[in-house]
Amino acid sequence: MLGRWQTLAILLLGALAVLAPLGQGNYIIYVLTSWLVFSIAAMGLNLTLGYAGQISLAQASFMAIGAYVTALLTLAGWHWVIAMPLGLILCFIVGLLLGYPALRVKGHFLAFVTLAFNTLVFLVLRNEDWLTGGTYGLVGMPRPDFGLFSTMKQLHFYYFTLAITALAALLMWGIVRSPWGRAFKALRENPIRAESLGVDTRRITLLAFAIGSAYGGLAGALVTPLVQFIEPGSFGVAHSLRILLMVVVGGAGYFFGPFVGAGVVILLPEMLRFTEGYYLIVYSALVIVMLVFVPSGLIGIWARAREKFWPRQQLRGDMKEGAQL
Amino acid sequence: MSQFLQVLLSGLATGSIYALVAVGFTLVWQAAQTVNFAQGEFVMVPAFFVLIGTGYFGMPLWSALLFSLVLSILVLGLLFKKLVVEPILPHGGITLIIATMALGILLKESVKEFYAAEAQPFPALFPSDPIDLFGAVVSLQDILNLAISLGIVVLLTLFLNRTRTGRCMKATAQNPAVAEILGVNVKRMVLYTFLINAALAALASFLITPVYLAKFSNGETLGLIAFIAAIVGGFNQIRGALVGGLLIGVLDNLTATYVTAQYRAALPLVLLIVIILVRPQGIMGTAEGRTV
Repeated sequence: MLGRWQTLAILLLGALAVLAPLGQGNYIIYVLTSWLVFSIAAMGLNLTLGYAGQISLAQASFMAIGAYVTALLTLAGWHWVIAMPLGLILCFIVGLLLGYPALRVKGHFLAFVTLAFNTLVFLVLRNEDWLTGGTYGLVGMPRPDFGLFSTMKQLHFYYFTLAITALAALLMWGIVRSPWGRAFKALRENPIRAESLGVDTRRITLLAFAIGSAYGGLAGALVTPLVQFIEPGSFGVAHSLRILLMVVVGGAGYFFGPFVGAGVVILLPEMLRFTEGYYLIVYSALVIVMLVFVPSGLIGIWARAREKFWPRQQLRGDMKEGAQL
Repeated sequence: MSQFLQVLLSGLATGSIYALVAVGFTLVWQAAQTVNFAQGEFVMVPAFFVLIGTGYFGMPLWSALLFSLVLSILVLGLLFKKLVVEPILPHGGITLIIATMALGILLKESVKEFYAAEAQPFPALFPSDPIDLFGAVVSLQDILNLAISLGIVVLLTLFLNRTRTGRCMKATAQNPAVAEILGVNVKRMVLYTFLINAALAALASFLITPVYLAKFSNGETLGLIAFIAAIVGGFNQIRGALVGGLLIGVLDNLTATYVTAQYRAALPLVLLIVIILVRPQGIMGTAEGRTV
């Protein structure tokens, strides 16, 4: 279970997230909100990559599906609360359909299938103007209104997103700690052993991918009211890669990795503004260097430091060997 | 009919260039079990080396091509292997795959920032005069591209099958442990594979860039098509990559002409899913037993 320190740290972070936007300008609040949105997308991908060990390069296209479904329905007068779940369900189903063939075979086929799928989604969004508005996209989606609590103001929308993020994170925490989630982890650590213990690896991986995709859809459903303008260009392959790197930079397989990673990817461009156009060059070079030295990401650095300064009591070192056999 | 022949021939010409990229990809996969997601960028970069050679150093075209080939083998072969693959491979395959994705971004953005963001004209290696072939009008460029890339694949196959070094490389790909016991210098063979991959990518770059112009984003589609050619053809066979490349080139052209030009980029996905469902080891591939 959670240690005392961890509970305290989570409470502290929560309080920080509540207090951070107070007294800030609209732009800062917007940046914070998009940090939360991308954290959700990265959280979903973390389930696929970090727990189930499969690469998905289509998280941006799942965001696109969530965003467009929500946008079209809310423009038609539906409430966000009804439109959002439909987008999520669609993402889940598409994830199942896409993952089923790809996960039938061993190897990194899901990466290729999702890469090609992202291209396809982009084409559909661009070419089917009657539905998606083509390259011009969709504008003027309303923000959800809950009677007493309207999210039209930037600060209100931030708290709304924060609440959704907290719910999504709690749900993910439940998934990861459920017998299912433990099966995901077993799968990543040693697929052959997991299978011999009766875990249906294919079904579990497929589910992890589909749930991860639905999280992408949720992030998309939040992008729609946040930006109030969506176009195919913001859901290309480059954005899928960006979300994937968030997960890796934060630390794949760590629960809080996606939050850290999304924070780095959203905030770093602000900090590296002096590098101007060279930002992506600096960033991708840093990622490669990080993968060489600390492949487990930024959270991994922390975990490593903690091991060094406050080593956990080790009862039997030889058991470690045995667990890997 | 003559239009069909024309579409078919130009499809074969582009397909043969895809095949070159796919062959390199297959070789690296066999030797290091690495999926190189920067493969498309590896084809984009050599064209810019040529432009640097002709533009900055004022070299004639042939020496610029040679300069680019050598530089590509050094940078995309040797440095890639030493600085990226070797240190990251022990951390696991997925980590390496993600590193190659980051490398792809790095190469693309570097070309965009340090050379040019706009498409650059690239000197044609051959005249693109149209010639009449059984009623179909095809360009000399297409025919020569096809002939040259097929020639390269044939030479490579001969090298791998008939020379001592080539057979050592094959042995390394099949079973590194046994190869090592039998006295093969496995590390060197893996290095050769990376060098050959870089050379193939550079040659593909020289052939395809005159058709498309040199642009930093050329690698995006090219990489995806090469992966899919390799999968469709069969991951563990060179001739598989060849068949896959030619097939995609032809089907792509046929789709664009007869079915839909807007959705031609969707063809790889369709082909990929059909192959996975029907014949996951690829058209020419042999099924790999699962190693436990």
